[in-house]
Amino acid sequence: MSGLIIKGNTCDWEIICGLEIHCQIISKSKIFSGASTHYGADVNENVSFVDAGMPGMLPVLNEECVRQAVKTGLGLNAKINKHSVFSRKNYFYADLPQGYQITQFEHPLVGEGFVKIDLEDGSNKSIGIERIHIEQDTGKSIHDISPTKTFIDFNRAGVGLMEIVTKPDFRSPDEAGAFLRKLRTIVRYLGTCDGNMDEGSMRCDASVSVRPVGSNELRPRAEIKNVNSVKFVMQAIEFEAKRQVEIYESGGEIEQQTRLFDQNTGETRFMRSKEFAHDYRYFPEPDLLPLDLSDEFIAEIKSGLVELPDAKQERFVKEMGLTPYDASVLTEDRETAEWFEKAAKGHDAKKVANWMMGDFFAMLNEKKISLAESPISPENLGALVELITSDVINGKTAKDVFAIMVETGNTPEKIVEEKGLKQVTDTGAIEKIIDDIIASNPDNVAAYKGGKVNLMGWFVGQVMKASHGKANPGVVNSILKQKLD
Amino acid sequence: MTELTKLTIAQAKKGLKNKEFSAVELVEAYATKMNKGKKYNAYVCETVEQALEQAKQSQMRLDRGEGGNLEGIPLGIKDLFCTKDIATTACSNILKGFVPPYESTVTKKLLDAGANFLGKLNLDEFAMGGSNETSAFGPVVNPWSKDVPLVAGGSSGGSAAAVAAEMCAGATGTDTGGSIRQPSAYCGVTGIKPTYGRCSRYGIIAFASSLDQAGPIAKDVRDCAIMLNSMAGYDAKDSTSANVAVPDFERFLGDDIKGMKIGIPKEYRVDGLNKEIAAYWDKAAEMLKARGAEIVEISLPNTKYALATYYIIAPAEASANLSRYDGLRFGNRVDGNTLDEMYINSRSAGFGKEVKKRIMVGTYVLSAGYYDAYYLKAQKVRRLIRDDFIKAFEKCDVILTPTSPVAAFPIGDKSMQDDPITMWLNDIFTVSVSLAGLPAMSLPIGLNEQGLPLGIQIIGKAFDEGAVLKTGFALEQDVNFGGAK
Repeated sequence: MSGLIIKGNTCDWEIICGLEIHCQIISKSKIFSGASTHYGADVNENVSFVDAGMPGMLPVLNEECVRQAVKTGLGLNAKINKHSVFSRKNYFYADLPQGYQITQFEHPLVGEGFVKIDLEDGSNKSIGIERIHIEQDTGKSIHDISPTKTFIDFNRAGVGLMEIVTKPDFRSPDEAGAFLRKLRTIVRYLGTCDGNMDEGSMRCDASVSVRPVGSNELRPRAEIKNVNSVKFVMQAIEFEAKRQVEIYESGGEIEQQTRLFDQNTGETRFMRSKEFAHDYRYFPEPDLLPLDLSDEFIAEIKSGLVELPDAKQERFVKEMGLTPYDASVLTEDRETAEWFEKAAKGHDAKKVANWMMGDFFAMLNEKKISLAESPISPENLGALVELITSDVINGKTAKDVFAIMVETGNTPEKIVEEKGLKQVTDTGAIEKIIDDIIASNPDNVAAYKGGKVNLMGWFVGQVMKASHGKANPGVVNSILKQKLD
Repeated sequence: MTELTKLTIAQAKKGLKNKEFSAVELVEAYATKMNKGKKYNAYVCETVEQALEQAKQSQMRLDRGEGGNLEGIPLGIKDLFCTKDIATTACSNILKGFVPPYESTVTKKLLDAGANFLGKLNLDEFAMGGSNETSAFGPVVNPWSKDVPLVAGGSSGGSAAAVAAEMCAGATGTDTGGSIRQPSAYCGVTGIKPTYGRCSRYGIIAFASSLDQAGPIAKDVRDCAIMLNSMAGYDAKDSTSANVAVPDFERFLGDDIKGMKIGIPKEYRVDGLNKEIAAYWDKAAEMLKARGAEIVEISLPNTKYALATYYIIAPAEASANLSRYDGLRFGNRVDGNTLDEMYINSRSAGFGKEVKKRIMVGTYVLSAGYYDAYYLKAQKVRRLIRDDFIKAFEKCDVILTPTSPVAAFPIGDKSMQDDPITMWLNDIFTVSVSLAGLPAMSLPIGLNEQGLPLGIQIIGKAFDEGAVLKTGFALEQDVNFGGAK
């Protein structure tokens, strides 16, 4: 049970929450025009006559956007609707050039599905997907150039969006957070959305209501708009749920309403009530034919799907011997998983995972660089692990080799060879060193034999020092024991 | 030599080919007529200079033995077609001063075929009207007017009047509920609305997207066929344009109509149908019968709902299509203190009364709580009306009806002004065809007692413009209307 229970004076309360996530579709051109979707272009540079809503201009559906949404649907285990219909959602706003948004209403492209989320306590939960529909994005209003005027940038107007609607399955902010992270991982795996909430390529609205634990009722909900980070979504849900509980506890009622999250205060504030909700006057878009997909079209996309994080995680555990935790960390994004697989290929996967999640990630963090910028190639990290498992070097030496690899980018084999770091496993040579140490430290030998067994560590240290760290610690241990016990 | 402006397009093509006159002389002849005909108010923007320039180019191509299907033919363009670098207004104040940076597909095809554009023709504001009286440029005067100025019909009133007064060899029109056929009937000229999807809507200012269709208005049936040859065709920029082969429409002319079945819908003999019109209808049927066609009675039982259906669907679509005229990006802006105020000021000043009325009707029928009762029901009836035609066409090849229940009436007619329904009733024979998306033509059948032209309508199966043209051509031989006014 991962739900958050809010203790009240009258009863305990649980949270009922659903999310609507707008994901910008990765595609070269916009959903209904040939204009580029490139982020960071000059203001109003990527605007076609269609995007600007010029008279007589008509939308033409970009097949790539359909493909991407179908791919996403399949990635969320959802039903693909072979027949879907575009609709016009009518409202006036300066960043909406046509005066309506082309979207899907009654007949969305993707139907019900689910996403499995992993929770911190090690349990997991399935979150239901209600639907995914595709639509066009709006432009951006810029209010801070002039005190009296608003400027509009239409570069974003007409960029393809997938609106992913979940079922009201979340019972805690943590669940919503886990879902958003998982969704981001999935769309990034699929290459259908880059999932950057801070850049606005993924935007989230949350619907929140509360009810006494044990009841099945659905109370009026508040919809919290456009919260732009996972952390803020979690904060907003928690704040809103507690706010509602307080009102109920003091005998008040909640009306269905739209609220805004203020990221400076961490609070939600009233935006508009249900009576002032827009009447969007949806009707089927007469400029576009209904979208009818063939079985072949869907099958082709299905066959081209990448392995998704859940499947990868399972394979890492079952076939490569990783712990579920390690597997989940290493599959969080596709690049990391692919890097790991390359590194682990032909080597001890568990050890490679340890190295990657330990020294390797620490190094990336410290240098503040991405995986792609790593001075160590996955093949070289694999080779380093191989040198350890085949007793060529010991763990301690490996750390030194690793440091040199970071500096030089050289292969571990070359470094070991050049620096003469090969581990000494020749028992004769090690025995000679041990004999010398025993001979020159009679006091410690006596003390050890007298019961100070923890002096063993000191002896090992002396041997390692004398061998410049190259002696095989296992061999050292066993010979020492033989001689001293 | 006969007056050049009396020549049909077919005759002019021949004359140009045989070097009986030059393309420049032809444009000059029409320019003279345009000057004489200013009282008709058919042109809202004259581009004679440009036409002369185009004519010079055409003549050079003709001299080389080259040239397209309409090489050197001077045409008028309804001001609903966006023409690159030439003001395009839809005869609305809200678009005054708008100069499109793009060319509509239909006008581009005409230019590519060698046509020379004399100017932009008057229409009802945004094509909303049946008398051309809603134009921001004032009404078109019917060239057949005697003592009192009569309407030219609408919405393509300027197109029909310009052809009738020999101010262009042919004109483009658009038809949403009868806007090509009804003005053609009032002005004694010939016009065809092709099947929905036959001509691209790209670059035509939208009124009702699921109904709007471009077509030619010309002196006779052959000229319509010639023009349609250059206007029709699939366009990837219009998702609703039909990807079907375009036949040579001229080829059907002169084909024997013996054995063709001509359907007469029994429900169209409405009570109070003008006796003269009823008589001409019978006469037309007799003429076709005399040529060996068979007259069959058919039933179109749902026609009685066509007007109501049309006046829900067309305004609904229009209410959304006209949302883009907000004063923000193009056209007339009237500033206000807030964004909403600017919208209200710009749209209040920019739109005329009829357009506002239809926007309000359209907004109403799409509103929450009314959608099912109006829009959804209208869509269902639309399907029934279409099914009526499909069923009727099992029994006949084309359908014969009057074009309009009345002849041209005086501008400012009190009964029409007082009761909008009376005006809307003029569309009774044309709207059901539009709702069904079928091709239909109006050609002159004779004059009434006041000496005003009346039109007869021939309706065909979807994409069977050939049968319509063939029947119309046969009828034209017998009617011997005697050309334009």
